[in-house]
Formats: sequence, structure tokens, C-alpha cells
Amino acid sequence: MSESSRATARVTALANPTRFLAFTGRVLPWLGSAAVLIIALGLFMGFTAPEDYQQGITVRIMYIHVPFAWLSMFCYTIMAASALGTLVWRHPLADVSLKAAAPIGATFTALALVTGSIWGKPMWGTWWVWDARLTSVFVLFLMYLGIIALTRAMDDPGRGARAAAILTLVGFINIPIIKFSVDWWNTLHQPASVMRLDGPTIHPSLLWPLLVSALGFTLLFLTLHLMAMRAEIWRRRLAAMRRVSARAVDGLAVQENAS
Amino acid sequence: MLALYHRDLTLGLRTGSGAMTGVLFFLAVIAVIPFGVGPDLDLLARIGPAVLWLGALLSSLLGLERLFQADREDGSLDLLLISDTRHMLAVTVFVKCLAHWTVSVLPLVIVAPLLGMFMNMPAEGIAVTTLTLLAGTPAITFIGAVGAALVVALPRGGLLISVLVLPLTIPVLIFGVAAGRAAVVENDPFLPPFLILAALALFFAVLGPAAAALALRSADD
Repeated sequence: MSESSRATARVTALANPTRFLAFTGRVLPWLGSAAVLIIALGLFMGFTAPEDYQQGITVRIMYIHVPFAWLSMFCYTIMAASALGTLVWRHPLADVSLKAAAPIGATFTALALVTGSIWGKPMWGTWWVWDARLTSVFVLFLMYLGIIALTRAMDDPGRGARAAAILTLVGFINIPIIKFSVDWWNTLHQPASVMRLDGPTIHPSLLWPLLVSALGFTLLFLTLHLMAMRAEIWRRRLAAMRRVSARAVDGLAVQENAS
Repeated sequence: MLALYHRDLTLGLRTGSGAMTGVLFFLAVIAVIPFGVGPDLDLLARIGPAVLWLGALLSSLLGLERLFQADREDGSLDLLLISDTRHMLAVTVFVKCLAHWTVSVLPLVIVAPLLGMFMNMPAEGIAVTTLTLLAGTPAITFIGAVGAALVVALPRGGLLISVLVLPLTIPVLIFGVAAGRAAVVENDPFLPPFLILAALALFFAVLGPAAAALALRSADD
């Protein structure tokens, strides 16, 4: 990065994130409490909803499993949009958003896998099957971890952000291909898929709690994402302040030596 | 461009270590498989295409680290970046990938028939699997170029490349093995997966160098 572009980047980083911090500081409490309320409502509706005649009480795990699975894809989409923002517009908040979203997305994906296998144990009699859908979520999880590893490995945040953005976009283009190939691969082995959860085929009494809890968890994700972005901005500011103060001390020492 | 290809080819061949190590690693991977799954010849023949593909995939990841790093160390990567105005950087990366494939991956394809005999595969199966390797391994190199370009500035990026690249190569692996299995297992189709494999190789030949060029440029400034 040249000196002038670094200077402008610093100016925008001071101007824009400050407004962002002020704005999210006002919004976050509302968003967080809405998320908690709606999740509570969704779970309550889920627990009072009728049990599935075949699956019994285990069907209730759906009310957290499906939102987790939906968020694992939603989060990757947000990351891909942020990656575009980093590469095309060099928006200073986009790389913060990408870096903050990756661990949250990985967590939701891991939770979707874990709740899915807890659900699968009584239903299918096994913790894990190499079903097409499970496998592609698992690959998605691996890609999240790869992106996190890449952002952690770079010491310069700007360079790491662009590297992570490129990887995210390549992964985003690849996800449909992986999904398609895994479907192909699976049909070679077992023709009938065990898990089919087509939304509209669910009875409305089960669907409504699911939608409410999906909305609640989406709000929760947005809250966590904004909080992580704020933390990342503060972390960068702290690092910048440390650098400035270290330079100031350095300058003092040089002056003393000179005098 | 031709000069660049020649240069990378001679550099890769003269230093000698890359290609030989890859082939040796391939050999070692194939050699430990029977110890793991047992010396049942029928079983080995059945999983032969899969084992050859896995071995080739892992071995071709080995040399990727050096794809751009050697050029970065001696400064020629900067020259390639500067000459972007005359030749598009993506094309430069494409040529470098081709050279890398010729030096480090083509030997793997060449020794694959021999290793297929170790796995007790029928002659037809060996020929078909080698053909799929020939068509599919360039895709791995092109995807790997993205990983190599992303970690070029890191001192020890080799392991990170594998972690980043392996999930992305899953489609190539699936269709490569599916096409290879056609010759070993009865009534499995050959042509559809093979054509998709070729399409993937062409697709990544465009996507890989373009993304790698972007990554190199952003790592440079």
C-alpha cells in the first residue's frame, strides 16, 4: 500500500467506523433484546406444539437445528458480500465484517452438525451418515475453518482481509459445484436420501414455531455479528494507539539522545 | 510466455527435487494402503481408482508451496507483476501453472499405471484411471495456485495451502473417481462423469489463475 492510500485509509477508518460504533451502540440493545424475546417465544411455541406422531419428542430439536443450518448458509452469504465490498469498493468496514462473521458462522455450522447428529441418533440409529446434505454442510464447516486459519495467519490486517476475501469468493463460487457433486456422488451409493425436510410439507402447527425461532436466531446472529465487529474495530484502534504511543516514546528517546 | 514456460520448466527440472519427491510420496502412499486395508487383491482392485486419485491429489499438493515462493524470493515475481501491462497477470499465472503441472504432476500421471498394477487393477481400469488423472489433475493445480498465491507472503504456508485447497478439490475428486470406477465396477457410467471432470478442469483453468492473480497483486502492495 502506498503512503497516500494508507493515509486516506486511516482517515476513512477514523471517520466511518466512529459513526458505525455510535449507530450500533444505539441499535444493539434493542436488537439483542428482540432476539432474546423472539427466541424465547419460538422455543415456547416449539415446546407447546404437538409432537410428531412418528418422531415423538425428538422432533423438537428441529426448532434449533433448522435455524442453525439456515444461519450457516446465511452467514457465508454475508461473508461473500463483505468480500465483494473489500475487493471492489475497499470499504473499511467490509473486512471487519468478514473477519467477525467467520467464527460465528463456523460456530453455527458446528452447532447445526452437532444438533443434527443428536437428532439423527434416535431417528436413524447412527450419529453420522454420509448423506449428501450432511456432507456438504461438513465441507462448508471445513471452509469456514480454512478462512479463519488464513485470517489468523496474516499479521497485517489489510493484507489478511484481502486474502480472506479472495478465498471466500472462490469458496462461494465453489459451493454450488460441491453441492452438485456431492449429490451426484451420493446417488451412486444410496439412492434414497434419508433426510427430506421440505418446508411446505410440514404441518402449520410445526411450521410457525420453526419460522419464529428462525427469525429469532437470525436476529441473534445479527447481534453477535455487530458485537464482534465492534470488538474488532476497537482491537484495531488499540493496536493503532499502541503503535502511535510506541513511536512517540521512540521519538522522545531520539530527542534526548540528540540533546 | 513461451519463454516463461521454458524457464519454469528448466528451473523445475534442474533443481530436480520437486518432481522426484512428489513421485516418491505417491509411491509411499500407495505402498502403505495394503498395510492399512489388508492384502485382499479383490478389495484392492475395487478401491484402486480411489486410492490412485487420493495419492495423486495429496502428492500434487506437496509442491504447490514453491509455485510462487521461489519467484518471490529471487524477486522475479515483482518483475512478473510489473509486466502486467504487457501480459495479463492471469495469463502469466496460467502459464506458470502449466509449467508446474508439467514438472511436478505429469510424472505422477506417468507412474500411475505402474502403481495401478500394484493395486491389482485390470488393464482397462488402469488405462481409464490414468486418463481421468490426465484430465483432472490440472484442475487441482489451478485450484492450488489460488492457495499458493494467498499464502505466498507467509514463511511457512505449506500446510495452510493443503487445508485451504483440499475442500475445494472435492468435486474434482468425486468425478475423477466416479469415472475411474466405471472400468472396475460393472454398469457404472463412464462418459458423464468424465465430461464433467473435463468441464471442471476448464472452469478452474479460468477461475484459478484469475483469483491467484488477484491474490498476488494484493499480497504485493
